[in-house]
Amino acid sequence: MSDAHTHSAAHADDHFSHHVRRYLFVFYALLFGTVITVLASYIPFGHRALNIGVALFIACGKAFLVAGYFMHLISERKMIYGIMAFTAFFFIGLMGLTLWAMGDFPWNTVTH
Amino acid sequence: MDIPYTVQPRQDTGLYNAKVGIWLFLASEVMLFGALFSSYILLRVGAPDGYWPHGWLNIPVGTANTLVLITSSITTVMAWASLKMNNFGKFKFYHACTILLACCFVGIKSYEYHDKFTHYSIKLADGKIADGHLVEKSKDFDLDKKTGDIVIHGHEVDLNNKQGEELQKELSKIYDLRSTEGRAALREHKELKIPAEKIASMETYGPWHNTYTAIYFTLTGLHALHVIGGALVIGFLWGPGAKMWKTDPERFTNRIEISGLFWHFVDLVWIFLFPVLYLL
Repeated sequence: MSDAHTHSAAHADDHFSHHVRRYLFVFYALLFGTVITVLASYIPFGHRALNIGVALFIACGKAFLVAGYFMHLISERKMIYGIMAFTAFFFIGLMGLTLWAMGDFPWNTVTH
Repeated sequence: MDIPYTVQPRQDTGLYNAKVGIWLFLASEVMLFGALFSSYILLRVGAPDGYWPHGWLNIPVGTANTLVLITSSITTVMAWASLKMNNFGKFKFYHACTILLACCFVGIKSYEYHDKFTHYSIKLADGKIADGHLVEKSKDFDLDKKTGDIVIHGHEVDLNNKQGEELQKELSKIYDLRSTEGRAALREHKELKIPAEKIASMETYGPWHNTYTAIYFTLTGLHALHVIGGALVIGFLWGPGAKMWKTDPERFTNRIEISGLFWHFVDLVWIFLFPVLYLL
């Protein structure tokens, strides 16, 4: 019993040591992503919309790393994926409505 | 009364209850911040040409705060992994780091807020705008009675009778500090002593100043409240709440996982706030 327990604890340690290495890799990737985001903002891509696109693309990559690995979304139960699917649906809907609203936006009505 | 499924997963969800609960809460948080990001987009695209600020926030300071929050995320996940590996000492160390980093984040944010609350936009009687940080106000300074004077470290901008490209260039000296004109204006900063009698109106760069500062303070203020709330919960679990490790270690580990999920979400929101408010 005791041997089995020790073996199981050692197995758990091995399992989490592997995870820890992955967490550190994600951490370095996030630091790198932050530096790249700042540097990219100093490069004029010709149009500000392109700079916005690049910055948001990098931010999405970083968000994927945090949600996927630190929050373990990469290997979660179906129930959590279900909740996230609903959230994604409504979030995308909200952003879609925002973009749609821009189509007939009364320009310059927002005072500075 | 025993609360069910604090450790054992429910058969139907395959999860302990708190985990379903925190994800439902985070889903509502996504929509809360989503609504504010939506407001940001509409305010930004609706702003008149040249009036949406760029470079108003200190990029090195914002970058440092981003790195602080990312580091707190790794210490949070390491604290949880340490408990999974039955190492309570390491858990205490990592979460002590998390709490210190949270305090550091709030400290840096406070410094940034202070910078905005001491930054003045002064409309002069002749229509020019004096813009800069407060150096001092004379003791008898009173805008209503028109007595005394104020000293700021900044520059003057003249928008009078300017149109088209000329107006845009002049606006850049206030609104686009990353442009050539904006950077040049910053280099020319000097102390300006302005008598109250020459001032038509003045205000600081607080939330009332314009739509940018309004959404900036709303978004970062709400985010800072999340950081403070998360730090308080983590602080409790690190201090008095850690007693549970001796009586019910699995349940305690789950509590650390739940608080960690919230903390990572706070980090995730900042990942978007940083480029949107500081860089773009």
